[in-house]
Amino acid sequence: MRVFFLKEALRALRRNAAPSLAAFATVLITTLVLGVFIPVVRAATAKTNEVRNKIELEVYIQDTASKAQVAELGNMIRDIGHVDSVQYISKNQALKILKHRLGSKSDPITQGLLQSNPLPASYRIHLDDPSNVGLVKNSLAPRGTDGRPRYISGAINDVQDREDDTKKILSATSTIKLLLAVLAALLVLASILLVANTIRLSIFARRREVEVMRLVGATNWFIRWPFVIEGLVVGFFGAAIAIALLWVAKVTVVDPWSDRFALIAAPRTISFTVLVLVLLAAGMAVSSLGSGLTLRRFLKV
Amino acid sequence: MALIEDSTHAPQARRGAGGGVAPVVQMRDATVVYPGGNVGLDGVSLSVDRGEFAFLVGATGCGKSTFIRLLMREVDPARGQVLVAGTDIGAMPRKRVPKLRRNIGVVFQDFKLLPNRTVYDNVAYSLQVIGEARSSIRSKVPEILRLVGLSTKLHDYPDELSGGEQQRVSLARAFVNHPPLLLADEPTGNLDPETSIGIMQLLYRINRTGTTVIVATHDSDMVDRMRRRVVELDKGRIVRDQRGGQYRTDAGTAEFEARFPDTADASTTGI
Repeated sequence: MRVFFLKEALRALRRNAAPSLAAFATVLITTLVLGVFIPVVRAATAKTNEVRNKIELEVYIQDTASKAQVAELGNMIRDIGHVDSVQYISKNQALKILKHRLGSKSDPITQGLLQSNPLPASYRIHLDDPSNVGLVKNSLAPRGTDGRPRYISGAINDVQDREDDTKKILSATSTIKLLLAVLAALLVLASILLVANTIRLSIFARRREVEVMRLVGATNWFIRWPFVIEGLVVGFFGAAIAIALLWVAKVTVVDPWSDRFALIAAPRTISFTVLVLVLLAAGMAVSSLGSGLTLRRFLKV
Repeated sequence: MALIEDSTHAPQARRGAGGGVAPVVQMRDATVVYPGGNVGLDGVSLSVDRGEFAFLVGATGCGKSTFIRLLMREVDPARGQVLVAGTDIGAMPRKRVPKLRRNIGVVFQDFKLLPNRTVYDNVAYSLQVIGEARSSIRSKVPEILRLVGLSTKLHDYPDELSGGEQQRVSLARAFVNHPPLLLADEPTGNLDPETSIGIMQLLYRINRTGTTVIVATHDSDMVDRMRRRVVELDKGRIVRDQRGGQYRTDAGTAEFEARFPDTADASTTGI
């Protein structure tokens, strides 16, 4: 019996080639956009969270500070409440960390820049709870009578937390997210409507068959199945080809780039397998929603 | 004519169904109102016994088609009861409707054949869609097509057939499952008189197997020849229910004749 449904659905697709193709193309484009949208949003969200979760204070030390001053500062920091641990990072260590982050393939310009070490030594303070960042910061640099911060030690050059970075990243990514979300929503809507239209035309083209089926007493679901399958076939192939294109793009464009430029390597994004499953499900959902919509309206049995 | 001779001495199968057996069709005050307020049937009460052959006559728009659509439950009764084989189909849940239709064969004036399928496939399709097993389809279809006299045209397409042959395919499709009730809505409406006789003979033969046949028609020749039960509808009401009746009541015919003497046909008026 399954064979019968499939045969009927494919027969309808062949006879209804133009609208089927339009619906197929729309599902394909929708899936493509979703396929780009999901990893980008995931990456942006992950980066933002990473920054926010790692809230820590960095106390940059004057290059002119003496060793004794630096050691004294370390003890002072350890005495402040809510400080979980303190890590000293010397100028050389800071340079090493940066070089590591840039990767071995960093370009000549940055290499030239990094020849004389521009980075300051610092204390990196981990807090027991990110929400206490304001308290600790205040202890390090209490505001004086004129409202400007006065550092507790002359060795301190600057105190920074990552709050500002988080805000910057959030504002940049939220715009992109919003644009992509609107685009994706519109495309999803267009796909649903086009699939619905395809099915409607298909019902119209097969109205004699439907009439005969009703006449001889075929059950409602028996009449509906071929149309549902028709919609699912459109959705499946649209999604499958979009996924294939995404995979090609990943292998030829994204993977080499992320190898070459360590900086744009997506920190943590969705795995390709999961993405494939999500997109397939989305394509199928879009098309079954489309056919369901039409069947409800035009195939009252 | 063979048809008439047959009808005179062949006893109707299980006629009357003496006691206990529910009539195949029973309507009590059945009323159909279409959306918009048109009344299709207005308080129709009648009962058709198992094995009966009944004609439904009346002018266009008198409710013949509504009667047939009501029995298929394509329209719902607004009032009253409609029982098919003892089951109240008005109260039947929608899910059961397909099952009801499997027990009713229907034939229409426009045949409703699928133009892109062969004769064989047209009949087989109607079995496929009710989930019949392939082996049973393979045995049933040639058999029924032989019964309607189309065994040589299995692989022709409907538009390669004459109107009469197309109606035979349609009849084969309606009867392939041997339903206890066969409805025909103007089965000869598109056919010439000679071909019509063939179709009527076929309906008659189907009736003799025990199937109740209800034919809506305004083919007066046919009704008068068959001398079966005639139910006349007018504006959705039954105005005449006569056993062994004719298309027109004698009075009506007389009046008709008086007005148009040229169209009078001696054989039907019995002068």
